[in-house]
Amino acid sequence: MQVLEKNTKDAVCDAPNSQDSGERGLALLKYLILGILFGIVFVKAEIISWFRIQEMFRLDSFHMYGVIGSAIVTGIISIQLIKRFQIKSTSGEKIIIPKKEFRKGQVIGGFIFGLGWAITGACPGPLFAQIGSGFTVVLVTLLSAIAGTWVYGKFSDMLPN
Amino acid sequence: MNQLMDWLTQPWPWYVAGPLIGLTVPALLILGNKSFGISSSLRHACAICVPAKIPFFQYNWRKETWNLVFVLGVLIGGFIATNFISNPNDLIIAADTRAELQLLGINEFSGLMPAEIFSWDNLFTVKGLLFFVIGGFLVGFGTRYAGGCTSGHAIMGISSLQWPSLVATIFFMLGGFLMTQVFLGPLMNWVGF
Repeated sequence: MQVLEKNTKDAVCDAPNSQDSGERGLALLKYLILGILFGIVFVKAEIISWFRIQEMFRLDSFHMYGVIGSAIVTGIISIQLIKRFQIKSTSGEKIIIPKKEFRKGQVIGGFIFGLGWAITGACPGPLFAQIGSGFTVVLVTLLSAIAGTWVYGKFSDMLPN
Repeated sequence: MNQLMDWLTQPWPWYVAGPLIGLTVPALLILGNKSFGISSSLRHACAICVPAKIPFFQYNWRKETWNLVFVLGVLIGGFIATNFISNPNDLIIAADTRAELQLLGINEFSGLMPAEIFSWDNLFTVKGLLFFVIGGFLVGFGTRYAGGCTSGHAIMGISSLQWPSLVATIFFMLGGFLMTQVFLGPLMNWVGF
């Protein structure tokens, strides 16, 4: 099996950079371009819209379920193909997908995030796209989300995990 | 060319947008051995700006700079899509949702976001406190406590068949349903809608 699954304990965070070789300056440009494409899709599919999130949680439209569902199916197929054909990264490294371990936070934290998702109409990705779309007041929401992250970091030892 | 522009300016259906979003997973893995996830950018922001000797923020964030570059791209992408290929028509939302939101006091349905909520005028009001400050805090605190958001868990995690991510996603949805169906109405009344 070419795809390694690392334990999260030695990984730095939930979306770790598993590449060994360093990347600086222009090498980071590809992530900027990928992010731009991603942001365009967010706006064009209207998933940054507070109204669309309301529709989803009121079960009045299939749109968001279709977006998330087909994204997951595409992701599953892609990862299976990467494993099957032992595809390597462009720098020639084995592709690593860190294993996530179950923690109570996925239940409690997940639920808390859900409450906020329905109020703001945005998960972290769409927050950035909303700001780019001209809803600049969402900068305040973003700062508050960063504050929430900090408070979690500060008190994480005291929370059930 | 006109046809292409016509298509670009229309809202994209889910079966176009979903697979494009899903392709971000293999694109990041193949381009640079990176797992997809966006809420970690908020953690990097803390680690860079106010680490305050908290162990949770003591790590080599420089190695994760790509993630901040990626979210900067998302912001720029939002700008490009809105300014150059935006939909000339109003957003079409489900009639039931529209009716329920009207009952809650939302009357402006022309943009992607309700102008009555997401404006600077509301910043120092109770509306702002609810929608920007409390909402944003719950998003940031919750995703970090859960170890990821819709991108890290619902898309990257489930795509790599990890059951803790499925659990997280189920609770994302439960929290959202509870807020929308039970709390949001009274809260919006309370803040003056």
